[in-house]
Parts: sequence; C-alpha cells; structure tokens
Amino acid sequence: MSVAVECRSVQKDFGRGDTRVQALRGIDLQVPFGQLTMLVGPSGCGKTTLLSVIAGVLNATNGEVEVLGERIDSLSDERLVEFRRKNLGFVFQQFNLLPALTAAENAAIPLLAAGLPRKSSVERATELLAQLGMGDRAHAYPAQLSGGQQQRIAFARALVHEPRLLVCDEPTSALDAETGHQVMELLTAHAVRSDRATIVVTHDNRVFSFADRIARMEDGHITGVSSQPREVTN
Amino acid sequence: MTYVAIRMLTGDRAKYIGLIFAIAFSTFLLENQSSIFAGIMKRTTSQILDVTDADVWVMDKKTLYVDEVKALTENDLYRVRSVPGVLWAVRLFKAQPRAKALDGTFRVVIMMGLDDSSLVGAPSKNKMILGSVADLRQPDSVIIDRVGFQFLFPGQPLDLGKTLELNDHLVHVVGIAETSAPFATFPIMFSRYSQAIKFVGGERDQLSFVLAKPRPGVSIRDLCDRIGRDTNLRAVSGPSFAWQTVFYYVKNTGIPVNFGITIGIALVVGAVIAGQTFYIFTIENLKQFGALKAIGVTNKRLVRMIVLQALTVAAIGYSIGSGIAKVFFSITLHNDPTRGLVLLWQNMAGVAVAMFVVVLLASFLSIRRVLVLEPAIVFRG
Repeated sequence: MSVAVECRSVQKDFGRGDTRVQALRGIDLQVPFGQLTMLVGPSGCGKTTLLSVIAGVLNATNGEVEVLGERIDSLSDERLVEFRRKNLGFVFQQFNLLPALTAAENAAIPLLAAGLPRKSSVERATELLAQLGMGDRAHAYPAQLSGGQQQRIAFARALVHEPRLLVCDEPTSALDAETGHQVMELLTAHAVRSDRATIVVTHDNRVFSFADRIARMEDGHITGVSSQPREVTN
Repeated sequence: MTYVAIRMLTGDRAKYIGLIFAIAFSTFLLENQSSIFAGIMKRTTSQILDVTDADVWVMDKKTLYVDEVKALTENDLYRVRSVPGVLWAVRLFKAQPRAKALDGTFRVVIMMGLDDSSLVGAPSKNKMILGSVADLRQPDSVIIDRVGFQFLFPGQPLDLGKTLELNDHLVHVVGIAETSAPFATFPIMFSRYSQAIKFVGGERDQLSFVLAKPRPGVSIRDLCDRIGRDTNLRAVSGPSFAWQTVFYYVKNTGIPVNFGITIGIALVVGAVIAGQTFYIFTIENLKQFGALKAIGVTNKRLVRMIVLQALTVAAIGYSIGSGIAKVFFSITLHNDPTRGLVLLWQNMAGVAVAMFVVVLLASFLSIRRVLVLEPAIVFRG
C-alpha cells in the first residue's frame, strides 16, 4: 500500500507572543492511496488546519509535508499553485460555487484554470455530472439547486481533472442526514480509487462508516488511527 | 477564465449596473463639461477664426485679446504694407455699437468693418444664406448673422431689405450669413470699413486690426517677425491670436474654475462610486476568489480577471456615457443659443484615458485584497 500523504512532526501556530495559538502540535500521519481517510474530532481540534496544510493552502510552521512524493512545504508559491491545480481536488463545506455560472460551468473550473477551451471543458464536466446523477441539472444555476445537488456539483468540480488527492472539508455538515448519506455514497462510489487518496474532514459521526481509516484528533494532536471495513454501497 | 470573470461580473446585476452607471455618469459629465468649456472658449475666438482669407493679424503691442483693442493709425497700415514679404495688408475695424430695429428692439452688436475694396474678412460664399458679400458695396448696407437677425427681428422670416438704425444712420440688411457663435449673444454685422466707422462714431483713430497676407514663399511666422521688427506692432497668425484670446479668458475669468470644479467632482464621484462598488463586489466574492486560488488559479490570472472586469465596466460605461453625451450635443447643435458646442474627439479621448485610470484605481484595492487572500479561507465554514 503506497502512501499519498505523509506528515512528519507538523506544527502550525497562529499569532505570536501572548496571542500565539498552537493549532497543530507535531502531527505524524500517513494517508494511503486507494482509501478514504477521515480526520475526525471535536470542533477546534485542528483537523481543518491539518487538511489546509496537506492541501497546500496553508504553510506549516514546522515539520515536513510530503504529498504525492513532493515536499510541498519547500515548493515555491508558484509551483505550489501549479501542484494544487494538477493534483488536488477540493470539496468545501459551503460548496463555494460561483453563483453566476451554471452547474456544468462550475464543475469545469479546474479545466478552465488549466487553460483548456471552454466548450470541451464544459462538455467533460457535463458528462461527469451525468455520472453523478445531475445530467438534467447541468444548465441550472446554484441558486436553483438543493444543498445536496450543489454538493454533487462541488464533487464534479473536485473530480473533473482527475486529481490524485481529494480533500473534503465537512462535506455533509451543511446537509440533512439523508442527503449527507447520499453524498457520502456518491463520494465513495466515484472518488475512491486505487490511484487516488481521499481525505475527508468531518465531525459528523453518522458518516464515519464510509471511512477505510479514521484518524482521531484532539487539541492539535493525532490521538489514534484505526482501520475499518468501509460501508458498502449499491 | 475570461468567461468566468465576465460571468462573475454580470452575475450580480445590481452591482454590475451600479458600476456601469458610475462610469457612464462620470463619462457624460466629463465629456459634457469639458466640451462645453472648450466650446465656450472657442466662442471667444469666433471673429478671429471666421476670417479665413488673411493669415496674419497685426495689432497694438499691448493688445491682450480680440475684444479689447487699441486703435492703430492709418500710418501703421502703410508701414505694414511696406514690410518685405507682405502680399497685401488691409484694414479691419471691430466695435460694438447699438443697433435698433424700427419697432424699438435693440441689441449691442459686433460690427466688423471690412476693407472697402477687398472686403477681406467677410463671410465666405458658402456661409451666405441670403444675399452676397458684394452687396456690401451698396451705400449704408450691412450683412447680419442669422441668429442676430432673429434677435433684432424676432418671429420674422429671414429676409433682405430690413432697416436698422446705427448711430443715427439708417442701414439696410443686404445679406444674411451663418457665422460662428460669439462668446456673448451679440448679433454680428459686417459692413465696409468706411461705413462701419460712421455707424459707430467716437475716437479719431478707428483702425482695430490690420489683416495681412504673406507673399508666396514667405512663411506666416517670418512675416509676423518682420512686421514686429519693422513697425513695432505685434503680428500673429490667426490661430495664435485665437489661443491668446482663449488664454486671456482662462486666466482672467472664473470660467475654467467653474468648469474645473464640476470636472473634478465628476472624476472624484466616478472614482469613489466605481471604486467602492468594485471593492464591495470583490469582498462579497472573496470566498469564490479563495476557492479559485485553492483550486489552482494563479494570482496573475486572478489579477487579469479583475482587470478584465474593471475594463469591461469601463468600456460599457464609457460607451453609454459617450452615447448620452453625443445625443446631448446633437440636440444642442441645432439649438441657436448652444450652437457651436460640440463633442470634441480630443475630449472623448481625454475622458477615455481618465476613465481608464479611474477603473484601474478602483480595481487596485480589489486586486490588493485578492492578492493577500489566503486560499485557506475557503476551509473556514
């Protein structure tokens, strides 16, 4: 089992002096390919900060972060942006869809950012939306869609460019239980592959059963990592 | 990402329209005020620019502008004629007598007394609406401008043969011409020099200007230098005299201050409204920009997107503002009191540059905000 992400003694501080807050206090973590790894823990334990560091959108104060064989903590800003564009897919808690773009256009953004033509990008995104059961809503705007539908578009946006690492921040917290369950089914069915690692940050214990591995965090530390058989979906 | 930038911009209709309105409003106000200012300044030079058959204006050395002249002597005219390089030099008289119609209507008029034999300085043939310049050779005859005719004979159709009283002389209208609008609303009259000085009366010396033409091969500038050197008078080209007159009004009246304040306010209001709206637009889209950053859109590309958004609203706002200004001036062009006020391409170009700077300034704060934005913001619920 090869490792997609490896964190070694990762620390992250916010502020300085008296106002300094230690969000991550020496994290050691390995995230393997082909599995869905969940970072779980109470609010404020540092899981979103760790996800941000792994995703290369936040710099660690100390420690080493190796993602897909690349030490991202030593990459220049320019190369880091390029690295994220090519290798990472993002799913955000609040979806962060552009309200002025249709579902297909939103899903096509990573391809547009890579410089691909709009027509072919939107076509590819539309195909993916169809696979995610959103084929008939490809031309709808986010405001015309339910929370679950918007999260599916966010999935499509995260997967459209075939990233090798998928990072999801609380993907079900803005959804009701049933929709959250459906979203997780969709995620495991379409995102988890042998050549891709998936990290999901959540404190929603109703979806823990979808994880292959669960890393529990508390107060900036990993308190334990456990493996489990993932819930099988039809 | 060009498409994404434009869709982001147009997606928020209220702010999009607000931005365009701010730019259009500023553009209209700037083009309107600067063109009216230029038009009014041009009006101060109407009597100079309407003389198309002479190249050089000779006057007393202390003359500041066209409306305030010290009379020259007949001897001055002969001295100018004797300057090498002068093809011809003729008299021009300019004064402001009062003209009275037989029904008692009266107006102060601008009387232009033209050289008796050559009639240099008369309206050109294509400017004559009724009659001909040659009719000025009749005794007690004047040519009047169209708008001036309507002032002195209100409600009456343009017609020749009308009678006016000038300094106890009855004169007959033998021609009606289109002239450039004067600075004040005075009617403009043309007569022969020998008659014009009778219509005005007053001082012993009446010669306002000498109009001269250089011989072939002699430049206007050379001739002006020679006249100045040989006669101790001042000789300038028509355009130079026009600019001198404009600068006199700019320097000695409140007109530029008045227009300058309006233009300044238009610029500030345009910049502030556009800047504020654009900044709010960016702030409200900060999470979206953050998401784009996280996904892998470079800062360079985000800056290009914002500049594109700014230039788009600038181009649309400028076009709408210029369109309104164009309509405004096409209406005023056909209105006698505002005739001659036109939208100048120079003003349009200047305003385009000003609006370009305004939107770049407006987008500067937004660009700065996005550049310092941590993409991790998207992970904060």
